[in-house]
Amino acid sequence: MRIAVCIKRLPDSETRVKIAPDGKSLDETGVKFVLNPYDEFAVEEALRRREQAGAGEVVVFSLGPAAAQETIRSALAMGADRGVLLQVDRMPADGLVVARALAAELKDGAFDLILFGKLAIDDYNHQVGPMVAELLGLPCVTSVSRLEIADGKGVAEREIEGGIEVCEFPLPAVLTVDKGLNEPRYPALKGIMAAKKKPMEIKPTPLGVGDVEIVALTLPPERKEGKIVGEGPAAVLELVRLLREEAKIL
Amino acid sequence: MSAVLAVLEQRDGTLRKVSHEVVTAARRLADALAGTVDALVLGAGPVAGSEQLGRLGADRVVVLKHPAFQRYAPEAFARAVVALAKTGGHAAVLLPASATGRDLAPRVAVQLGVPLVSDVTDLEFEGGAVVATRPVYAGKALLKIKITAKPAVLSLRPSVFTPVERPRAGTVESPSLANAEVGRVVVREVKAAAAGTLDVGEAPIVVAGGRGLREPANFKLLEELAQAFGGKASVGASRAVVDAGWRHHADQVGQTGKTVSPMLYVAVGISGAIQHLAGMRTSKVIVAINRDKDAPIFKVADYGIVGDLFEIVPRLTEEIRKLHG
Repeated sequence: MRIAVCIKRLPDSETRVKIAPDGKSLDETGVKFVLNPYDEFAVEEALRRREQAGAGEVVVFSLGPAAAQETIRSALAMGADRGVLLQVDRMPADGLVVARALAAELKDGAFDLILFGKLAIDDYNHQVGPMVAELLGLPCVTSVSRLEIADGKGVAEREIEGGIEVCEFPLPAVLTVDKGLNEPRYPALKGIMAAKKKPMEIKPTPLGVGDVEIVALTLPPERKEGKIVGEGPAAVLELVRLLREEAKIL
Repeated sequence: MSAVLAVLEQRDGTLRKVSHEVVTAARRLADALAGTVDALVLGAGPVAGSEQLGRLGADRVVVLKHPAFQRYAPEAFARAVVALAKTGGHAAVLLPASATGRDLAPRVAVQLGVPLVSDVTDLEFEGGAVVATRPVYAGKALLKIKITAKPAVLSLRPSVFTPVERPRAGTVESPSLANAEVGRVVVREVKAAAAGTLDVGEAPIVVAGGRGLREPANFKLLEELAQAFGGKASVGASRAVVDAGWRHHADQVGQTGKTVSPMLYVAVGISGAIQHLAGMRTSKVIVAINRDKDAPIFKVADYGIVGDLFEIVPRLTEEIRKLHG
């Protein structure tokens, strides 16, 4: 089984956002970058499928700056076989530009499965996976939280509001994965050492301009300072009164 | 004249609430463009509520029928939306950023050859272009983005665009689509959650619990409080308790869970890690119940009670029950 996993380097979820002087981007000073948490589920799933099939290759792709090599290494440390970095100077704001670059790279890879995290926790775009599928003309199921594959066909479950959709699809396919699909492994020291020797290809990638333009990045308005109504169950009556009379929501 | 296409959502023949929000946003944009609103809903048969959409500002409602639209069929849905958007020459196409919309919108955008701006919380028309605002870094910042492509394709974050009455004709057409195939991805079954269960992402009231509850069985206290709100509340959870296996991931609020904007968010025994705050800070009113008066959750809460949740929550449930008597 040949599996591609597309991953993204992004700021850790602990990051306190500071706006850069251009007023349009994140001030990256002191920001710790990590592998997108949803992509960990994608890498883990790819490894399990390869192990289950007893043969195959897991190739990790990332579009990002030179520093994304570290992110790829962390997926290699988990057990992926090799990595490809589509190196860019800056991350495009237009997800379609990213999808086009990835699709061009994946087109001739003869992959049975192409996996993505369901979204990246920085831009929350949740679009690059299904866009790549459209561009490649492949079937796609998004936000997969359960997966079975046999005889060139898959059954995936995806969460919808108030329920679960059970989807059937043929391979090759593109899937974006949700938390709950598996429990990602921690790279062992042996894996971390081995990752240093695994092949990584670095391809400078010229990008199209795209049809969106960032106007501004701002901090959201602060919430108004709240109040402590009181201590213990005795404060409940006053809380209910405030919710009714001041907040007017009950 | 420019038109805005509102792509709506129905389930089992009834429009979903988020559809009203999409029509409302489309009306707002159409007014700025001096244009009209076309609303499109796909279904296997009649869709209850479609005749009411004029009230919210739809000029024309198209209920496009085909047996393949009984359930969500990603490929068939995308083709149908794209076909209408292409012939209609729309300036903008708006979809809900619901589970279905998040799947459908990127497909539509690619087929139209234009970008998608997703999870939009505000939009305006400025200098001849649609300018959208969307939360990034899980709500820790807001990105304002100008779309130079036509049509501008946007998905709208649920529970943000409050429906407003802006009456228009709302003429309903119900054509049947001659030939549509489901496509390669087939939704074989929809396993519905227990009747009456509201999705955390859509409930007007969310009662959420964290480690302070000490053990999974104690979530019963929160379920009782949610029930006291008379079917309007859902129970959410912090990442810590989801990772510990106490609650399902579908209930998780925060950066790696759901981002919610309910009318009322009650955080119980949740300290308020930055990742959690990111997921609920846009709630209209936040109440925090925690024994640690220095917990970060009190920084974003409108109202806080310091103390033992095991004493406070049952008391609150009792008072809420009285109100809903």
